Amino acid sequence: MEGSHLQRQMACMRKSLFDQGFLDEQFIQLEELQDDANPNFVEEVVTLFYRDSTRLILNVDQALEKVPLDFTKLDNYMHQFKGSSSSIGAAKVKNECTQFKECCKAGNAEGCMRSFQQVKKEHAALRKKLEAYFQLARQAGTGETASRSK
Amino acid sequence: MLVIDMAAELENVKILSTELARKFRPWIVISVDFFEPQYELKRSVFQDMNLDNQERWISQQSGVSDQFPVVSIRVLVVDDDRTCLMILDKMLRICHYKVTKCQQAEVALSMLRENKGGFDIVISDIHMPNMDGFELLKHIGLEMDLPVILMSVDEGQALKSVTHGACDYLTKPIRIESIKKIWQHVVRKRRNELKDLKKLGSVEDGDLHRKPSEVEYASLANEGNSRHSKKRKDEEDEGEERNDTSTLKKPRVVWSAELHQQFVTAVNRLGLDKAVPKKILEFMNVPGLTRENVASHLQKYRLYIRRPSGVSQNQSGLSTPFMDPQEANYGVMASLGRLDLQATYVQGQVLPRSLMTPQAGGFGRLTTNSGIGMPFTDQRNLFSSQILKLRSGEEQQLRNSSNQMNLLQGLPTNMEPKQLSHLHQSVQSFRSLGLQVSHGASDLPSSSMSLRTSSSAHVDSIYENQSSSLRMQMAQSRLKGQILNGITGDHASGLPSVNPVLGKNGTIINGATYIPISQDSEMINFPMAHVLEFPRNGFPLEGTQEVSTLTSTGVFQAGENSEMKGWRGFAPNYDILNEFCQGKPQELELQNVGLTVEMFQNSNSEQGNLDFLPSVLGHQGFTSSEKNGQNKNTSDVCKAVVSLMEGNEHMNAENITQCYNHLLVDNSFRVKDECLPDRSGKTVILAEHFGGDDLMSALFKQVSFSSLPWLQFFLPKLYLWIMIFGG
Repeated sequence: MEGSHLQRQMACMRKSLFDQGFLDEQFIQLEELQDDANPNFVEEVVTLFYRDSTRLILNVDQALEKVPLDFTKLDNYMHQFKGSSSSIGAAKVKNECTQFKECCKAGNAEGCMRSFQQVKKEHAALRKKLEAYFQLARQAGTGETASRSK
Repeated sequence: MLVIDMAAELENVKILSTELARKFRPWIVISVDFFEPQYELKRSVFQDMNLDNQERWISQQSGVSDQFPVVSIRVLVVDDDRTCLMILDKMLRICHYKVTKCQQAEVALSMLRENKGGFDIVISDIHMPNMDGFELLKHIGLEMDLPVILMSVDEGQALKSVTHGACDYLTKPIRIESIKKIWQHVVRKRRNELKDLKKLGSVEDGDLHRKPSEVEYASLANEGNSRHSKKRKDEEDEGEERNDTSTLKKPRVVWSAELHQQFVTAVNRLGLDKAVPKKILEFMNVPGLTRENVASHLQKYRLYIRRPSGVSQNQSGLSTPFMDPQEANYGVMASLGRLDLQATYVQGQVLPRSLMTPQAGGFGRLTTNSGIGMPFTDQRNLFSSQILKLRSGEEQQLRNSSNQMNLLQGLPTNMEPKQLSHLHQSVQSFRSLGLQVSHGASDLPSSSMSLRTSSSAHVDSIYENQSSSLRMQMAQSRLKGQILNGITGDHASGLPSVNPVLGKNGTIINGATYIPISQDSEMINFPMAHVLEFPRNGFPLEGTQEVSTLTSTGVFQAGENSEMKGWRGFAPNYDILNEFCQGKPQELELQNVGLTVEMFQNSNSEQGNLDFLPSVLGHQGFTSSEKNGQNKNTSDVCKAVVSLMEGNEHMNAENITQCYNHLLVDNSFRVKDECLPDRSGKTVILAEHFGGDDLMSALFKQVSFSSLPWLQFFLPKLYLWIMIFGG
């Protein structure tokens, strides 16, 4: 049946997200929070994350254009970024944030630039994957619950 | 958080627990006794509550959901990150907390100000624009004094948070397990407040309406304590009088930070070795402070400074155990409670040691002034305080493992200052009695004693006993909850958690039960010795056979030797137990559970007051005893405990019993009494009768000391002791 095929696809995609390190255990925590009262909880949270983090990225980009760099401010931005990305289980994004914070602490302007590019890259990559995943979930009709129950 | 009113029909509770357990899986249903305090809310306390709280209480009583009144803790979450806020909100709701979200600290503060008493706990992020978490924490502490939990992505903020007064610290990403436990902070704080009120003499009730326990095993312990403390309050005066000896009646001294600082200064000036209470008293020059106060505080202090350094990071807001015993207690308890909760969730990996430690720590913290909410009777409270004192020594050792600390969090919260003082006093009297005890001891004690690594060195054995009894009581209350929870069985770790708790509790309970008896043992010297030993036996229950063997042996021997070290051994038991306890707590737990039920059933038929706890213990003892003769002793002890418990809390026992009966797993009650060392005829009797009704009747027949007025409370326990130890 198409439904089950989609579900299998979904499960496969989900697994690869974990295997490749895009998502970590926290994502599972989110999935477990999903229930009948909030059947699309995970997607809602991720959507919210991307909305807020996109704005944050813009702020950081602007801050990075200033000379000299305000490392404290950048560090604060990254702190927030790290917090929210870790809350949704975005492992790679979180790691890149940590890298960025290290550069900030070291006062390494170039390092900051470079690591932020990485942050953006991971951020965008995960977004694409999750979007595809949620789309599949919607198509499968049962959302993540199906994959979760597997 | 779902709290089930104990006063509700037990049947319903039972059913609900099962259903809830099934529905929420890891979140097991609560302890039955959780709600009790609500119904026992004294008029004076009720009137003291502000209108909001009164209304809330009333509406809660009348029933919010289904069949039971449910109380929810109202949480205010503050975080500038909307994603985190959303996730936390969901987590809290799932845990049945009432949630209010807020993105800015200023807004949060105004919310709190406008709605005083409208929130029970605040969870806040640290890094926020404008006002950060620390500042918010400060304001809340000054204006509303609510428990505040801080959180951050940065792991290094924990210590800073705690030293600034946060009651806990969570690292992002936050897991739901941490969320489940936050109710403990509320309970602790309330208990503290209550104690303070009591101290001021304005509150008679032991507990203001306790917050619903978490759907966890640990919560039960807390609740039981709160309830107990309530009861204790009621019985306090009477109990005090009954137990009154010259040493029992003492004015309560609150060792505030200032006072303690003066004390420490004095001690340092004199030099720890040379610091004698009299000189310290002179140094401090505090009017109204007696030499006795100083002496007891000094003793605790000595234990405290012997502990390995380092406060468990799980402990929140605990400056020094000696400063404000109550606070310390809470801190300890909090950590313990956490520990407890965590224990429940540790899949079958209960660490007895860890469990023990927190308790010990918590107990140790309590000063004479701190009452310990004993779930059952006043007397228990008396012992609890002793235990607490005792525990402080042990606590150090245990404290090191933060994880473990969490496990026992639930326990200490039950303590109430008052009880502690009682306990303390009773300990003193007990001590004198203990000295008289002398039985031909076996050789074991040293080994078991030696197991005890630290603290016990000069811990008053009596205190140990007391702490054990205290623990026991705490364990009992915990046990109830746990048993209820555990029974549902859905939770994989349920059993283990029950077990460890039981084990701990069991030991505690054992100890606790024993202790009361020992105190009574003015009349019965022999039991006292045994009593001391007993708690040890209790430990084995929890653990493997070896453990039980060790403990039981040690216990008995210690008791028989009637040496002080025997008493001390009590405390070590925990250590020993921890060390040895690598067995399958789960199994034991189950067994214990079964036993509990059995015991209850048996006792119920007889008296209806059987405390399930003892049965649990007994059960454990049995299972272990099967393998080990000595364990049997333990189990006997447990049985004794059970019997003791029976006599105490009629209401609780009945309620609990019923619940347990329903909930308990059907384990065969394997009572083997061969092993019970036949130290005396009484012991044998106990063993024989342990199987059921006979035991209780036998116990009661045995005891005939009605002369002492306070014996009434301890009588059942006393009997038990006698029986078990064959005193």
